[in-house]
Amino acid sequence: MIPVCRLEDLPEGESVRVETTPPVGVFHTEDGELYAIDDTCTHQDASLSEGWLEGCLIECPLHAASFDLRTGRPTCLPARRAVRTHRVTVDDGIIHVHLAAEEGSAA
Amino acid sequence: MRTVTIVGASLSGLYAARELRAQGFEGRLVIVGDEAHRPYDRPPLSKDFLTGRTDETQLALTDPEETADLQAEWLLGIRARGLDPRTRTVLLDDGRAVPTDGLVIATGASARRLPGDHLTGIHTLRTLDDARALREELTRGPRRVVVIGAGFIGAETASSCAALGHRVTVIEAAPLPLLPQLGPEMAAVCAELHRRGGVELITGTGVAALRGTGAVMAVTGALGEGAVTGVAGACGAAGAMTGVAGACGAAGAVTGVAGALGAGAVTGVAEPYGEGVVTGVAGSHGWGAVTGAAGPPGSSAVAGSAGPRGSGTVTGVALTDGRTLPADIVIIGIGATPNTGWLTGSTLALHDGVLCDDGCVTSLPQVVAVGDVARVGGSRAEHWTSATEQPRVAVANLLAGRTVETVCSVPYFWSDQYGARIQFAGRRQDGDTVRIVEGDATAPDGGGFLALYEREGCTTAVLAVDRPRPFLRVRRELARGVGNVRAPSQSS
Ligand SMILES: Cc1cc2nc3c(=O)[nH]c(=O)nc-3n(C[C@H](O)[C@H](O)[C@H](O)COP(=O)(O)OP(=O)(O)OC[C@H]3O[C@@H](n4cnc5c(N)ncnc54)[C@H](O)[C@@H]3O)c2cc1C
Ligand code: FES
Repeated sequence: MIPVCRLEDLPEGESVRVETTPPVGVFHTEDGELYAIDDTCTHQDASLSEGWLEGCLIECPLHAASFDLRTGRPTCLPARRAVRTHRVTVDDGIIHVHLAAEEGSAA
Repeated sequence: MRTVTIVGASLSGLYAARELRAQGFEGRLVIVGDEAHRPYDRPPLSKDFLTGRTDETQLALTDPEETADLQAEWLLGIRARGLDPRTRTVLLDDGRAVPTDGLVIATGASARRLPGDHLTGIHTLRTLDDARALREELTRGPRRVVVIGAGFIGAETASSCAALGHRVTVIEAAPLPLLPQLGPEMAAVCAELHRRGGVELITGTGVAALRGTGAVMAVTGALGEGAVTGVAGACGAAGAMTGVAGACGAAGAVTGVAGALGAGAVTGVAEPYGEGVVTGVAGSHGWGAVTGAAGPPGSSAVAGSAGPRGSGTVTGVALTDGRTLPADIVIIGIGATPNTGWLTGSTLALHDGVLCDDGCVTSLPQVVAVGDVARVGGSRAEHWTSATEQPRVAVANLLAGRTVETVCSVPYFWSDQYGARIQFAGRRQDGDTVRIVEGDATAPDGGGFLALYEREGCTTAVLAVDRPRPFLRVRRELARGVGNVRAPSQSS
């Protein structure tokens, strides 16, 4: 379980990158949902938390592959492999990421 | 439409195949590609593939599952050599003929070459085989590398070579690299990247000759070959704008050849990754005078029949300012020419690409062209993104039998050099002013910045170095046709 930041420091529509290995992107959607996925696009080498967030979709800033934050699956090319998704909780106003591998549910 | 043939089994060809199936084409689909490989991605070749961070499996554009779903007949390692529009037949090198109702031309472009570039140690970088050969040579210990041309491919390759610990010099004929693409202010910033990466950049100087050991006989053959592959392009339309005053294989003959041909000074304008227009040719026997495959050889000196190939090894690059740079490896990055040779005599209009309307449709409604080979609505792009966007429109029009959709997108490309990610979108023109709206373009340690190009109060283009997020925002606004882009705030 990794503390990310205070909930109030990640406004809706924003995202933040956590420098784990591999890095994780945490997203706060306009609808107020929190999601975490592996931050590196499965196509080439771009940081998804730098992408374009729309609803539950994040568009990669390099070649516009789009991923569904709920499943990690790409919804269009050029990415073809899913990113791992991670569970997010908020405790005492702090956002935490539970890495999938730690919970034994690695992709 | 019962049979559709796609010629060119790379990025745009594969995307066209996907679109054909996605848009409901259920007929026979034939894909012809002259490379033996399944479709692979080229951008990593000059970047992570050369440095060993990416391997061949990661270059693949498709997997066996998708390949099976496409239900196509793949004819790989076979070149199309002609199109007979009367009988609607694609002719293949192995003598076969494919009768077809619809044709997608996706033959891309080939690296420009220089006469004499068959010497061992001289490379171009366009294909996986090119990259394999270069990578192999770069793993044999420290080398002196000279890169001819400071366009994107030249710069990326130089950066990769430097990262591998080689001593690298880049030669660029123009006063600054990427001048036509980025304009003087931002071109100066890119020039600085080379220095920061420990690479020597020599600008304003052309290449007079490639020097090597070995047989002098090589020269005639090498030049003859150079002449028929169209050296005019090598100087004039080079994306890299590298002037070539005469190049040949072996040292002994340099002066004779240079004399016979004269030193044609050529200026060109070019768009990223090519899209060049020859704007002027000086010198009656300059390389400019030796035009493409069909053209007459410039002089008897270059008419030389095949002759023995350059069997020597490269030793250096002679510059037009009289200097010679010693080199163990020379990489020629002077742009690419569209692969239209096989369409000669087909009635299709060809002029630096296959001419098509805004919907990628050629003069024949059953023939569309996409990617690097296509001159769509008057301009040809050599960008990954156009090669992936055009097929959707082209296929819709092909299946409709006429132009029902046009391509409308904001040109976009990216480049990775010396650890910096450069992204550019829009249509810049000379005279546009540049405004830095984020970061500092002159900071010695980099750190990235975002620059807007403006004309008469409107944003025409955007350039970012290591600022993907605000870049994306501006790119989207440009695509939406927002004339005056809001400068992204520093916090975002
Ligand atoms: C090293 C490198 C790095 C690049 N980096 C970037 C980048 O960072 N950003 C960017 O935006 N763009 C980049 N590009 C450009 C991008 O790769 C091209 O725009 C893209 O590959 C074009 O795709 P295409 O399918 O139109 O043509 P190509 O990829 O050239 O494919 C054409 C295919 O057709 C085959 N062919 C040709 N003639 C025939 C024939 N007669 N019969 C059968 N087959 C034939 C060719 O062998 C080739 O396989 C780079 C290109 C290179 C070479
Ligand atoms: S790196 Fe994300 S789409 Fe290419």
